[in-house]
Amino acid sequence: MSAILEATDRLLAGPSPAAGSESLAAHNVRLGPMPRVGSDMIGTLERSGLLGRGGAGFPVGSKWRSIAERRSGPAIVVANGAEGEPHSSKDRTLMAARPHLVLDGALLAADAVGADELIVYVGADHRAAVVAMGRAIAERTTTARLPIRLVEAPVAYISGESSAVVNFINTDDARPTGGPPHPRDRGVAGRATLVQNVESLAHAALIARHGEDWYRSAGRGPTSGTALVTISGAIGIPGVREIDYGTTLGEIVAGAGGATSDIQAVLLGGYFGGWAVVGDLRDLSLDPALLADRGLSFGCGLIGLLPVERCGVWATSNILDYMAGESARQCGPCIFGLGAIAETTRRVAAGGAAPGDIDNLARWSRQIVGRGACHHPDGAAGLLQGALSVFASEFHLHQQDRRCSRPAATAQGVR
Amino acid sequence: MGERLAIDRIRCDGYGMCAEMFPEGIELDDWGYPILRQGVIPDGLLPLARRAIDVCPVLALRLVNAPARPPSTSVGRPRPVESAPRS
Repeated sequence: MSAILEATDRLLAGPSPAAGSESLAAHNVRLGPMPRVGSDMIGTLERSGLLGRGGAGFPVGSKWRSIAERRSGPAIVVANGAEGEPHSSKDRTLMAARPHLVLDGALLAADAVGADELIVYVGADHRAAVVAMGRAIAERTTTARLPIRLVEAPVAYISGESSAVVNFINTDDARPTGGPPHPRDRGVAGRATLVQNVESLAHAALIARHGEDWYRSAGRGPTSGTALVTISGAIGIPGVREIDYGTTLGEIVAGAGGATSDIQAVLLGGYFGGWAVVGDLRDLSLDPALLADRGLSFGCGLIGLLPVERCGVWATSNILDYMAGESARQCGPCIFGLGAIAETTRRVAAGGAAPGDIDNLARWSRQIVGRGACHHPDGAAGLLQGALSVFASEFHLHQQDRRCSRPAATAQGVR
Repeated sequence: MGERLAIDRIRCDGYGMCAEMFPEGIELDDWGYPILRQGVIPDGLLPLARRAIDVCPVLALRLVNAPARPPSTSVGRPRPVESAPRS
């Protein structure tokens, strides 16, 4: 495994993100101004195969089309940079370094769907991103054809969920509303609203410049294009990278300074994704379609490496504690089900498993799926279902021996 | 096209009266919140479903046209739905 990551830099082409945010002048010199976009921009996006980068991977072109084909009234575009996913930092990195690429994409979306207002929604704790986007918006005020507003998103896992985004902008309450109506039909100020992740928008801005064939020229497997990923955990140089879809985990790890320990499992796609232990992890191809075939998820591009000295049950318990704490506390199955799941997993991890605990976890993880107004409980349930399979022997040992098989000093770690 | 039950999860407070009225279509989880049986309600059971709707103190239940998005029981793979965590 000596392969060095040879990534196609697209979003992160140009000066290093460490150099700070790119000014409008520098951005325009480097990329040229946005071309006048023809009427078939949405078709171009559909043919490019661009997938949304907020986690669900919904095709961007068809999402824009569903809003463009509404019956009446101007729409609103929300550039979603809430990025509440713990350990993920690709959206804030992109906004801090390339704010004008994000704005290009958002303004393109506004044109394509017929919007007359643009809202840039940025996680309030992502200070560099907030500052960069604010400055970039100020640089556009004389040229943009529509008002652009910066809204700071409350710091919470769920504040980037699309109905929560709309609810917060409308009422200062960042809890999901479920639906119907969907934001696409009735969102901000009651109008058709496109809520689109900032990385998706930045890709769209480059597709508008270079075309669908250019976009499709990157990527090694069934999914075309590049993606931002965040590498965290037992890795030499944690942080954000841009990869071709289909790059192997081994290459990414090697390109990020190598693993700092032997790796037993990988958390893929964030807390809505799941644990992967699939033969030789080094050969795992990070292509959304190939991952889906194996029951895994590319999600938001998070790659969390769990070293052998850590305990998978503890790691899962830490995540479930977090997810239970981040419930918006609106729906019973989420409040009580997720609460019980977190409490029971913690008990098993800590060596206090009661008879039936693991059976209950398995049952609850199936039972709470699809029973919230949003998908928050589904994410936690999916993660637990995966953990019960990936760490099956470890869960069993905890129940049988009523203790963790690893030394406490290394087993628990942090989330 | 038949009908199925839909529930407003935010509104539901877990009174559980719906499951008493309509056990053929509704069971309760460990905390007393309803789990709806999937799929179209047979015509013969529709009167019971309507009574379940009527007894709910917070009006969280309604009938909607089926088929709609079937509730899944496994989330092992990402589903391309727009209401997923973040867009």
